[in-house]
Amino acid sequence: MNTLAASAKPVIGRGLRLQWEPAQNAHVLLYPEGMIKLNGSAGEIMKRCDGVRTLEDITTDLERTFATTGLGADVAAFISMALQKKWLEIRL
Amino acid sequence: MTTPAAHPGPPLWLLCELTYRCPLHCVFCYNPVDFSRTGPELTSEEWQRVLREARALGAVQLGLSGGEPLVREDVETLVATAHDLGFYTNLITSGVGLNEARLQALKSAGLDHIQLSFQDSTRKMNDFLSSTRTFELKSKVAALIKKYDYPMVLNVVLHRLNIDHVEEILDMALSMQADYVELANTQYYGWALKNREQLLPSRAQLARAEAVTQRFREQHGEHMRIFFVVPDYFERRPKACMNGLGSLFLTIAPDGCALPCQAARMLPGLEFPNVRDASIGSIWYDSSAFNHFRGDAWMKEPCRSCPEKSKDFGGCRCQAYLLTGDAANADPVCELSPHHHLVTAAVARAEQPHVSEQPLVFRDHR
Repeated sequence: MNTLAASAKPVIGRGLRLQWEPAQNAHVLLYPEGMIKLNGSAGEIMKRCDGVRTLEDITTDLERTFATTGLGADVAAFISMALQKKWLEIRL
Repeated sequence: MTTPAAHPGPPLWLLCELTYRCPLHCVFCYNPVDFSRTGPELTSEEWQRVLREARALGAVQLGLSGGEPLVREDVETLVATAHDLGFYTNLITSGVGLNEARLQALKSAGLDHIQLSFQDSTRKMNDFLSSTRTFELKSKVAALIKKYDYPMVLNVVLHRLNIDHVEEILDMALSMQADYVELANTQYYGWALKNREQLLPSRAQLARAEAVTQRFREQHGEHMRIFFVVPDYFERRPKACMNGLGSLFLTIAPDGCALPCQAARMLPGLEFPNVRDASIGSIWYDSSAFNHFRGDAWMKEPCRSCPEKSKDFGGCRCQAYLLTGDAANADPVCELSPHHHLVTAAVARAEQPHVSEQPLVFRDHR
């Protein structure tokens, strides 16, 4: 698989919807007739994938929000996996 | 050891059967055979209350079906309400009644997904694929669905009389640019059970259809994903029906009757509550009908002591009742069921070249 460019702008895949569900205390990804319950870090990454922010922006924002560093590789790995599963897409 | 019903989670899946009315007369319909005797349909305001209350409990997926939901003129309004509440909205339709104006209205109301089912619209049911009227209608609707940027999801119900046409069906799906095709073999409830002798395919038919499906997957798998659902009569273990009654799924019938499964209405001894009399919360958490089949205290042998009971929940309660007369029995699809011979006998009869001469019963008012 190609390495993900730092300038890539991932966005929630077509036909899918991400939302916070208080009843499940989690972000969920909704798709036709189904649902994936996301864990905390997956939810935090996915909610920043708005098609405007780049991979680099997303990482910087997460590191700032959670007062940490060195998240780059994990964020890129998750986004690559999510792209493969079509939870996310890169619109050209 | 049996375990008591744990406190259930929310009804994540809400299926609103808006009406039993339908312009079609399918012989495999799972709607109740006495559907025309049910009470008046819920009003728009009543459906909106159902949506609000279910959403407040945590329901996220909404199915709008029927009958044919588009027979009702308020589908657009209900979709808008559901969308504003945060539901992911799925319309399950035959496409009859779906024109561009309505699709545009549904899109702007926030409809997320459409599942187009392919049915026989001819009463004579000769070769349903030669029914050009149906083909043209479906093609038109399929093109519209594409135009409005929805994935094209086609559902085709298979049975003995059309399963040999899987190749033509998949060719048709390709020409409609379907993204997903579900080839769902008939399940034997309602009208389909009445017609089971004519609808159950032979093993050879099933094997041929699966081989054709596999070939299409190899050739076109990148553009079109195909799901093939085998009829459970051919399985050795039952399906985990509804993931256990009362665990995830809540169906509201056209007259407001609340059901743990759309086929459960005929189960005897259970008084299914009506949304006209009770809130969704009290129906889901407190009613005896919804608590009855939770946990496993209701089970009989061989399920009660079976290590697989937490995996398949004893199978389908409706099938157990329809075939054995007792909804607490093991689903006779399971080869451990003492009633399994009822299923194998039906399968054996399907191996005969000519099944009975009993006429097909088309879904109709009666």
